[in-house]
Amino acid sequence: MNFYAIRAIYKFEMSRTWRTLLQSIASPVLSTSLYFIVFGTAIGSRMQSINGIDYGAFIIPGLVMLTLLTQSLSNASFGIYFPRFSGTIFEVLSAPVSYVEILLGYVGAAASKSVLVGLLILITAQLFVDYEIQHPVWMFAFLVLTAVTFSLFGFIIGIWADSFEKLQLIPMMVITPLAFLGGSFYSIDMLPPVWQTVTLFNPVVYLISGFRWSFFGIADVNVGLSLGMIALFLVLCIIGVAWIFKTGYRLKD
Amino acid sequence: MQPIISIQNLSKTYEGGFQALKNIDLDINKGEIFALLGPNGAGKTTLISIICGIVNLSEGRVIAAGHDIVKDFRAARKTIGLVPQELSTDAFESVWNTVSFSRGLFGKPRDDRHIEKVLKDLSLWDKRNSAIKGLSGGMKRRVLIAKALSHEPEILFLDEPTAGVDVELRRDMWKMVRELRNKGVTIILTTHYIEEAEEMADRIGVISKGKIILVDDKHALMQKLGQKQLTIHLKHELPAIPEDMSQYPLTLSADGLCLIYTFDTQRDESGVADILRKLNEHGIDFKDLHSSQSSLEDIFVSLVHGA
Repeated sequence: MNFYAIRAIYKFEMSRTWRTLLQSIASPVLSTSLYFIVFGTAIGSRMQSINGIDYGAFIIPGLVMLTLLTQSLSNASFGIYFPRFSGTIFEVLSAPVSYVEILLGYVGAAASKSVLVGLLILITAQLFVDYEIQHPVWMFAFLVLTAVTFSLFGFIIGIWADSFEKLQLIPMMVITPLAFLGGSFYSIDMLPPVWQTVTLFNPVVYLISGFRWSFFGIADVNVGLSLGMIALFLVLCIIGVAWIFKTGYRLKD
Repeated sequence: MQPIISIQNLSKTYEGGFQALKNIDLDINKGEIFALLGPNGAGKTTLISIICGIVNLSEGRVIAAGHDIVKDFRAARKTIGLVPQELSTDAFESVWNTVSFSRGLFGKPRDDRHIEKVLKDLSLWDKRNSAIKGLSGGMKRRVLIAKALSHEPEILFLDEPTAGVDVELRRDMWKMVRELRNKGVTIILTTHYIEEAEEMADRIGVISKGKIILVDDKHALMQKLGQKQLTIHLKHELPAIPEDMSQYPLTLSADGLCLIYTFDTQRDESGVADILRKLNEHGIDFKDLHSSQSSLEDIFVSLVHGA
């Protein structure tokens, strides 16, 4: 293992985070706070509680997930796309590093950053609503697993994209809608029966449901199933990344 | 002596079917400066990119510092530093950070003193905290060199190091290359500036259309292929070359005041003595003699066009 290289990539990526502190950390925290003000405090005060949970508290796990997904995707995809775009990728390709080390560096940094943002949002949420986390260890496990999985997915997007437009395409057009429709702001029980079934094809439902369970002990779908779905998605992403590295797709001629 | 780089039957065909390299065999000796000379599109960068691991090879194999560059890529790449042709640098990072990053990436523990020395040698020390985007093109080139030297490579590739570089930096760079060579670093540079190869290299390889068409010691190459020209400046106008001198490849200038004799340096007898004797016999006086050797550029042009 070339630990120096992993550390170098990780440090380099994280220094980008600190350098662009406003954009990378402050902005997701601000936009989530806006959600709390609008949905939690303003609208939420007129909503019934869901399964005995105050609406303001109910949306916390969903909001964290929403941000976690988009942040992981954009951090990781940008992290690898930009060196490709600027040409500095040559150095990583010519370095004595294996693909595993490249991944640990880039994906590790992207996931750390989004976990950090997720935790910051949880702290920010304390300012708006009271909530308790029933299973903090599981909560953290879901947080980390999701961050890693979607950072891997973001890495794949960053390799696949050959323009800034494509880089934004999947996060904007696929993930954000799935996250909104995945039960961030409602329980799927609240949907008509047909849509309840359709919703089960949305992978984000499992993420949010499992995450919410770790907070309140209630879930739309079985927690084991949630974990299984994350694991499945993680495996799919690992297979995708392995294929990219094996073939040198968009990295090497 | 074992070559430090051994390229064996290397071919590269790009996805579109373009064959950039055709059965290249080439050995680079330890501690030499090797210039790879060739016109644009000859395959210089492809060859370097394969050795450095940026492009996959299609056929053949390459051994660098005793390690197969594919099977044992880690050990091979640790020994190699690359300064690419394009000025691909980070924009927002500081010089210090980007150079330190390179050292870590190549698996070396942090060593601030070494980085400091590299930056000072390249006159980058004052700029160490500047963001790279604010630097001039020449400074960016220096940053790329600093990155390549940050991990103390045994082999240094310089891909078109002086393209678009001013005279001062070019001189600095040549000086630096010689110092590195004195420390035992093997240097492979590509260039299409022949003067650069002529000035710097110990050996020269000429590549054209994906094939190595010639590899030789620089002096031997120039001697082997060089032609010499002897210009004899006459005292008085000569109306025509005397008949008994017609067996020599002589030409008379239009004004009749210069005789030009072209000969091969390879031949044992140049014939210069004979010509001077004959001139004497004919009572042709001359005031000056001037001989010139063809430059590498002439050799190169004739090679590439002949190939």
